[in-house]
Amino acid sequence: MTDVAMEKPRSQWADVWAQFKTHKGALLGLVVFGLLIAFVFIGPLIWTKDPTYINPNAAEMIKGRNKPPSLVSPLGTDQLGRDMLARMMKGGQVSIAVGLVAMSISIFLGTLIGVMAGYFKRLDGPLMRMTDLFLALPLLPLLLVMVLLFRDPLSAAFGPEGGTFLLIVTAIGVTSWMQAARVVRGEVLALKEREFVLAARSIGTPSRRMILRHILPNVVSPIMVAATLGIASAIITESALSFLGLGFPPDFPTWGRLLFDGAEYIQQYPQRVIWPGVAISLTVLSVNYIGDGLRDALDPRIRGR
Amino acid sequence: MKLKSALLGAVATLAFAPAAFAERGTDGNVKVLYSQAVSIMNAYLSNGTKDVEVGSLVLEPLAGFDNEGTVFPRLADGLPSVENGGIAEDYTSITWKLKAGLLWSDGSPVTADDVVFTAEYCMHPEGGCAQAARYEGVSSVEKIDDLTVKVSFSTPKYNPFTAFVGATSPILQKAQFANCLGAAAPTCTEANFKPIGTGPFMVTDFKVNDTVELAANPNYRDPAKPAFATLSVKGGGDAASAARAVMETGEFDYACNTQINPELQAQMKPGCKGHSVSGFGTLVERIEMNMTDPSADLAEGERSTAKHPHPILSDMRVRKALSMAIDRALLVEIGYGEAGRPTCNLVPAPIIYASDNTDCLTQDIEGAKALLEEAGWTVGADGIREKDGKKLKMLYQTSVNPVRQDFQAVIKGWWNEIGVDVELKSIDAGVYFGGDPGSPDTFQKFYADVEMYANNFDGTDPEPYVAQYTCEKAPKPESQWQGENINRFCDPAYDALVAELLQTRETEKRAELIKKMNDMLTKDTYTIVPLVDRGRLSAHSNTLGGVVLNVWDSELWNASDWYRMK
Amino acid sequence: MLTYTIRRLLLAIPTLLFISLVIFLLVDLAPGSPASQIPLTVPPDVRMKILESMGANDPVHVRYLLWLKQFFVVEPLVWIDGVFGTTHAEGMQRILSWQSRSPVFDIIAERMPQTLTVVGSSYVLGVLIALPIGIYSAYRQYSWFDQLGTFISMVGFSVPTFFTGLVLILVFAVNLQWFPSIYDTSLRVTDWASFVAQVKQMIMPVMVLALYNAAQISRYMRSSMLENLGQDYVRTARAKGLGEQVVVLKHVLRNSMIPVVTVIALGIPTIFGGAIITEQVFRVNGLGALLINAIHGSDLPMVQTLTFIFAVLIVIFNLVADILYGILDPRIRYD
Repeated sequence: MTDVAMEKPRSQWADVWAQFKTHKGALLGLVVFGLLIAFVFIGPLIWTKDPTYINPNAAEMIKGRNKPPSLVSPLGTDQLGRDMLARMMKGGQVSIAVGLVAMSISIFLGTLIGVMAGYFKRLDGPLMRMTDLFLALPLLPLLLVMVLLFRDPLSAAFGPEGGTFLLIVTAIGVTSWMQAARVVRGEVLALKEREFVLAARSIGTPSRRMILRHILPNVVSPIMVAATLGIASAIITESALSFLGLGFPPDFPTWGRLLFDGAEYIQQYPQRVIWPGVAISLTVLSVNYIGDGLRDALDPRIRGR
Repeated sequence: MKLKSALLGAVATLAFAPAAFAERGTDGNVKVLYSQAVSIMNAYLSNGTKDVEVGSLVLEPLAGFDNEGTVFPRLADGLPSVENGGIAEDYTSITWKLKAGLLWSDGSPVTADDVVFTAEYCMHPEGGCAQAARYEGVSSVEKIDDLTVKVSFSTPKYNPFTAFVGATSPILQKAQFANCLGAAAPTCTEANFKPIGTGPFMVTDFKVNDTVELAANPNYRDPAKPAFATLSVKGGGDAASAARAVMETGEFDYACNTQINPELQAQMKPGCKGHSVSGFGTLVERIEMNMTDPSADLAEGERSTAKHPHPILSDMRVRKALSMAIDRALLVEIGYGEAGRPTCNLVPAPIIYASDNTDCLTQDIEGAKALLEEAGWTVGADGIREKDGKKLKMLYQTSVNPVRQDFQAVIKGWWNEIGVDVELKSIDAGVYFGGDPGSPDTFQKFYADVEMYANNFDGTDPEPYVAQYTCEKAPKPESQWQGENINRFCDPAYDALVAELLQTRETEKRAELIKKMNDMLTKDTYTIVPLVDRGRLSAHSNTLGGVVLNVWDSELWNASDWYRMK
Repeated sequence: MLTYTIRRLLLAIPTLLFISLVIFLLVDLAPGSPASQIPLTVPPDVRMKILESMGANDPVHVRYLLWLKQFFVVEPLVWIDGVFGTTHAEGMQRILSWQSRSPVFDIIAERMPQTLTVVGSSYVLGVLIALPIGIYSAYRQYSWFDQLGTFISMVGFSVPTFFTGLVLILVFAVNLQWFPSIYDTSLRVTDWASFVAQVKQMIMPVMVLALYNAAQISRYMRSSMLENLGQDYVRTARAKGLGEQVVVLKHVLRNSMIPVVTVIALGIPTIFGGAIITEQVFRVNGLGALLINAIHGSDLPMVQTLTFIFAVLIVIFNLVADILYGILDPRIRYD
């Protein structure tokens, strides 16, 4: 600590980055996540096979089905002779996008409602009753109704693919924020009674500042946990949705869907479930470590150490 | 010579030994697995095959269908016919005689009153009887004496074996169901779950949508049967694990309709604990062409109605080209394996009604391309055919089901090959088959160009089945989109054939008409494009003897003959 | 606290009524129909008759009011009759399932035992595993134990239960033949042999669910512990010479429990909701299977009743969680 004065002053974000760098797991997570992103978005530019191509020649198709990994198709082929590597790349684009966006929506809603309910006593009752309502609603009919009402207007406004994407992320987002909201509210209730909050209030800090400066930074850790768990469940939920005819068209691959389809063939071709399973787990793990590192880096008490 | 016949005799005795010398209840417990669980034992209030089939262990009809599809007597004493006077000359009535000395499982005698009551039960206007179609055209059911019943029809009925025939119309005990007529039918929970019957087994414990425990009926008419003392039916789960439980782990003796992918079928073959049996009925997986315009640009209420013919599919050459591009043998290989075979017919069985239509079986991509060229559809810049600035694009929908999604993907590949752009859509089965007029996604509304599903007919008489395709039976907004003519096929010549069929009595003549109608819908117009004749694939353990798969009646039709092989 | 509890309970009544209305409208508006369960061979006019006999074609408000009456008047009376042998409910129409035409409550009662034994015990087991793992991995952050725990719980959470269930069946039922792959709901525990059979058939489904639950809870436990271990009061406690055990297990743990209690309390109603996929994989046929079947078949009375019971449990356990907050942290006041 003696040579602090010698260093030139740095911005807060440079500080955060410096702390983040020292967290090996977080750095590794960032690298893995970057590789996954590159795999699904840059990969298709290099590996240009069409993920939905089925050989129209019946004899050739039969020969090319359920192939183990080889030079022609590094991850093998599926039961219709489609290239698994191409399908993994294409599927990853959707799964990662759906996972991140749906998770963000649900975390945003959950944090907003949780903080509001925990901080403002007047809002607590109505907001928590609303949470109860959402927890109680049966998911499947809710999703079916959402499709019925919004599918056509959304695809008219954003095109069929964009419309479906919006519908899916919104559907997952608005049906999965409740747990985060309850957890955040519980934390806020406890935080509100802590000395530093009382101190801040006693000097007349306005509510908005209180929430942003004092409450939010202290509920980051449960939010981070909810976020990492949220990505995994969003990716899996997406695959369930396509089975209700709510998701993307049936020949459109996503990781969750590949996993689901492969489960039927697990005995004969275990690689069919291993690839998507590993991809989903890697995504979730890397996001988890990035989250860990971020939390440490953002916490000034830890950063100082 | 003597030695040979003696040997043969010995072999025969050995082969039949377990069955012939068996006594009732000596073979312990037999376990049956259904992937859909049983929700009720009364076929008249049932929602599905599984309920009817398990119910058939307890409740029996007067006559049933055997594995060949021919009618044989169960509770009846011989089959009525015109020759023996059981069926009236003009086919307006049929007289059934009950076997003498039949007892219900509670020990009371079976009489004509029970038969008359059963008809009253199902024909009650408020009962919501699920099998009402079996009593269609019945004007009265009268008791002649304690063992004789006469069923009269309002118009001549050339196939009088509908009411009281087959597992879908069994006889109920009057004493048990007397208070369950009409609106009260669903409230008789105890009777609906534990009906008193004449079958080989009776219910001892019933758990809704889970398990049914049955025990041998002490009053069953054959004193040596059934060989098993108890029978348990378990439901739920999926087909693959059901097959696994019989063929690989040996936990169950019999699994009904285990529709598993061919790869898994091949792998389970060598399983030392069981093997599979298959049989073919009338279930046909098909692609239906929409003859009307489903375009979203049309006003609601005019979409997919006869007001607007389909802009592309109205041309038969396009429909034919789409059919020619399909390789049905490959579809069977990837989807059904042993449990399917390629077909070009809407009515694939029974043999006498099946047309010899086989020209769709060979795939002809080049021919399909030429046909589209001829129809004026030329390949555009992006490889998609177009005509007058209009793209050749199809919306292809079906229900959510792994095999159907594979079919969609493969067929899309072939259609792309001949220059047709295809958009796929899969819909939750509850919505697709639900028929809710408020939903745009039902198969009846058909807001798509082509759609795929499977359908069949009940029993062995295809008459009501082919009669579905008359102009007036097209689903339309005025009829709440109810109707069976899904394609909106409309041809006065066809309607005339239907009328003729209803008036025809001779079997050969009927068969000829039915074949002609089948051809009109399939190879003459390609309105319906049959793909696969789907059979039943069931699995049973190597120690379970006496299993004969029956696709015309309940799959458990001969459970009384089952025995344990030692 | 008592007045708060009473006020919340009173407030719960209108809330629940509102929830029941929303559920009813939602299920009704959903595009499925009970007719989808009827085979295609049944002609349309017979279909309409069947739907009419179920009462599925009555106007929405008539069906809703009828359901309210059946749920709040008839069913309690039937229950009273059952307990005291009276006949108040004679001739009254109970809530009937459209699929099986039998009283919904009888079916629920039938399903309760297997759901509670399998899903319930897996939840308890999951919590019992998760808490020590969460505490220890936070205490020894970035140790190999922590890294391993993180890895397993992330894999446990991101690999869906249908996959883990299938793997277990293939390994333990097909290859090793140790456990049965199908759960026998008719098994009664009467002696040692049947108890062993019961334990054997419970092992696989319980393992699958416990892994999933433990993964989630241990994450919350760990992060919350970490947050608190860095607080000033921990330094103070250590400075005044308290033992590590007391510091960690008394001071830190108690303060870290709030998010964990929330998650556990939210999970308890889901025990009653069953575990849909696991139940299906092992054919446990509990309440989860019942609900999903009813939804697929658009069995409105069944879906409505089950989700409403579920809503009641959610409201109750959220209240329990709120009361627990006050016990864990006496500074939290609601009045």
